[in-house]
Amino acid sequence: MLYLDHAATTPMRPEAREAMAPYLDADFGNPSGLHAPSRRAKDAIESARERLAALLGAAHPLDVVFTGGGTESDNLGLAGPCLAGSGRGGVVISAVEHEAVIETARFLGRLGCPVRVVPVDRFGRATPGDVAAAVDESTRVVSVMAANNETGVIQPVAEIAAAAREANPAVLVHTDAVQAMVSLPVNLGLLGVDLLTVASHKVGGPKGVGALVMRPGIELEPVIHGGGQELGRRSGTHDVAGIVGMVAAAEAAVFDRDRFGRDVGEARSRFEAKLTAAVPDVVFTIGAGADRLVQHSHFRVPGISAETLLIRLDGAGVAASAGSACQSGALEMSHVLAAMDLPAEEAAECVRITFGWTTSPHDGDSAAAAVATVVGDLR
Amino acid sequence: MRILVAMSGGVDSSVAAATMVERGHEVIGVTLKQWSGPDGRLPTAGCCTVADAEDARRVAAKLGIPYYVLDYRDRFAESVVAHFTSEYLAGRTPNPCIECNRRVRFGALLSRAAELGCDRLATGHHARVDHDGTRYRLLVGRDRDKDQSYVLHMLGQGELASILLPIGEMTKTEVRAEAARLGLRTATKADSQDLCFVAGDYREFLRERLPQAARPGPIVDATGTVVGSHRGTADFTIGQRKGLGVSFGEPRYVVGVDAATSTVTIGRREELAVEACLVTGVSFISGGAPEEGAEVAVKIRYRSAAVAATLWTENGGRRVRFSEAQLAVSPGQAAVFYRGDEVLGGGTIEEAA
Ligand SMILES: Cc1ncc(COP(=O)(O)O)c(C=O)c1O
Repeated sequence: MLYLDHAATTPMRPEAREAMAPYLDADFGNPSGLHAPSRRAKDAIESARERLAALLGAAHPLDVVFTGGGTESDNLGLAGPCLAGSGRGGVVISAVEHEAVIETARFLGRLGCPVRVVPVDRFGRATPGDVAAAVDESTRVVSVMAANNETGVIQPVAEIAAAAREANPAVLVHTDAVQAMVSLPVNLGLLGVDLLTVASHKVGGPKGVGALVMRPGIELEPVIHGGGQELGRRSGTHDVAGIVGMVAAAEAAVFDRDRFGRDVGEARSRFEAKLTAAVPDVVFTIGAGADRLVQHSHFRVPGISAETLLIRLDGAGVAASAGSACQSGALEMSHVLAAMDLPAEEAAECVRITFGWTTSPHDGDSAAAAVATVVGDLR
Repeated sequence: MRILVAMSGGVDSSVAAATMVERGHEVIGVTLKQWSGPDGRLPTAGCCTVADAEDARRVAAKLGIPYYVLDYRDRFAESVVAHFTSEYLAGRTPNPCIECNRRVRFGALLSRAAELGCDRLATGHHARVDHDGTRYRLLVGRDRDKDQSYVLHMLGQGELASILLPIGEMTKTEVRAEAARLGLRTATKADSQDLCFVAGDYREFLRERLPQAARPGPIVDATGTVVGSHRGTADFTIGQRKGLGVSFGEPRYVVGVDAATSTVTIGRREELAVEACLVTGVSFISGGAPEEGAEVAVKIRYRSAAVAATLWTENGGRRVRFSEAQLAVSPGQAAVFYRGDEVLGGGTIEEAA
């Protein structure tokens, strides 16, 4: 099998599995308790918290909130500040955000929070000027993702954050760095943001764990209510093994970043060059037009639907995807491509290939050959 | 062979897929997403629901075959829904299943099967295909109560060569027994869930989608005299006797429904009876037409018995002369010609007279 869908999820890194093992076994305690097994579990998550805080540039470990994944972190990152205190804070988001952000904004809109959606250019980037223009006195949170999950396009987050604060100094800037974390340096300072979302399973940790990392002093209304864990910001018994695994994976990913960039970069170059040679009319959606994550390749073959191409690839043992799929797995018109003004017929042909930490440069050749074979068959 | 199986999440198509696997074929299962709720997701009630797709997916997993949900919403809207509404507005009684089979299942999906590298498309229809040495023939399903050959009459030699109807030889009871034997979770699922939102409760569909059909208007008799009023043509269908809200000495029946003018015409039983009808858009499965005056059995509605008739060429279509007068012959419905178990072909009823 050739796995080319690392942006959907990626295999677990051995460091994560190893770090988790004790907490799936002997050290099973509930961290909220007074006895020794509890202390061992509590110690594990607090140590993980310190390390993640250091990794992502949080001033204090308690500025890290562990959650049930990227989606939950996005929910908390938007709803937390907007619903905190009294009143209904407004949100400004880009049109190409992940559904976790878009749907949270929509939910906040239903609660009476003012919501504005900022358009993007043809590569899917929001401009600092457009974001600033959408910010006003009512705005509490601006959320613009660090890199897009479908196309890999990198947003000018630091510039956007600066422009947004100029428009309203009280605004908080959140970024969803779930995809960017895989291959870019990510931390609060570098991105110039106040809140940052990461997800474990995209960097080689277990699924169902994530974190929201913040600047100090930000008040959050919880979205999950209960026993008051995570200083009341996120209730529920901790997934100790998950948290430990996430942080081990994140550290491993950061440690491995240069090698990752080289191997994956080489794989993608080979893929795009060889596919172009074999299928000259292939269109790479982003190409050299904008900065993009090294692991993403987004393309279409004119006249061949993504559905057909992906099913044929699946049959040949190659796992790839299109940007958007509904619960049933049926492909949907991507809101990202629509926001980039791609015609619907072209959007329905777009396929996403994403390489990952297990990719070797040679996989780029195999991927190109597999796509070329299917295209040859269909033509 | 590699076979694409259209799986609705019902027991028939589940067993169709299972049969293909048991025969040693390489099988791919697909469910067509034909429409979606207002939020773009699969609907939670009616047909093509999330639950149906999950049933199909679980059956596919049990059979160990790959399974996909394909987006045919645009295709379905363009062909089936648009055809249904325009026909209805023209005062006719369209059958959406036929258009769906023509344009979507045995149209777009059949070409998709080839694109996906499949040699054949299999469905869970109760009908049979055989080959008599020179030609493919379409035959009624072994289970006559469940026979679906009516909605397949428009298929030609090309389509029949490319499709398999594996449960056509089975009765519904056998289909269920087979599903139970294989432990498929659809074994005891209620019937007729294969009707889509248009075909299922078309009245509700009309009320929701076609404002003209929900508009009040007059009930008139054959002379045009207003004899009552109604709250929307969606509530009426040709031949209907109940619910007219008008009373006369003898029963009255709906003889015409015109959504464009919101008019429902009623008449006596005699006014509903016709000796013949004109059928257009006729195709014959063999590719050749039967002789002038051919004696056939004809079905003028999906769920009614075939009646004896003769076929005469007229204006490129066929005049169908019934051996005895028929009630409620509705323009827009299909007239399907049979000889014994064999489907000869059919077309659309253009006019009843
Ligand atoms: C950009 C982005 N944000 C959020 C998420 C959701 O993360 P999770 O799957 O951990 O809920 C994803 C994953 O699909 C993503 O790509």
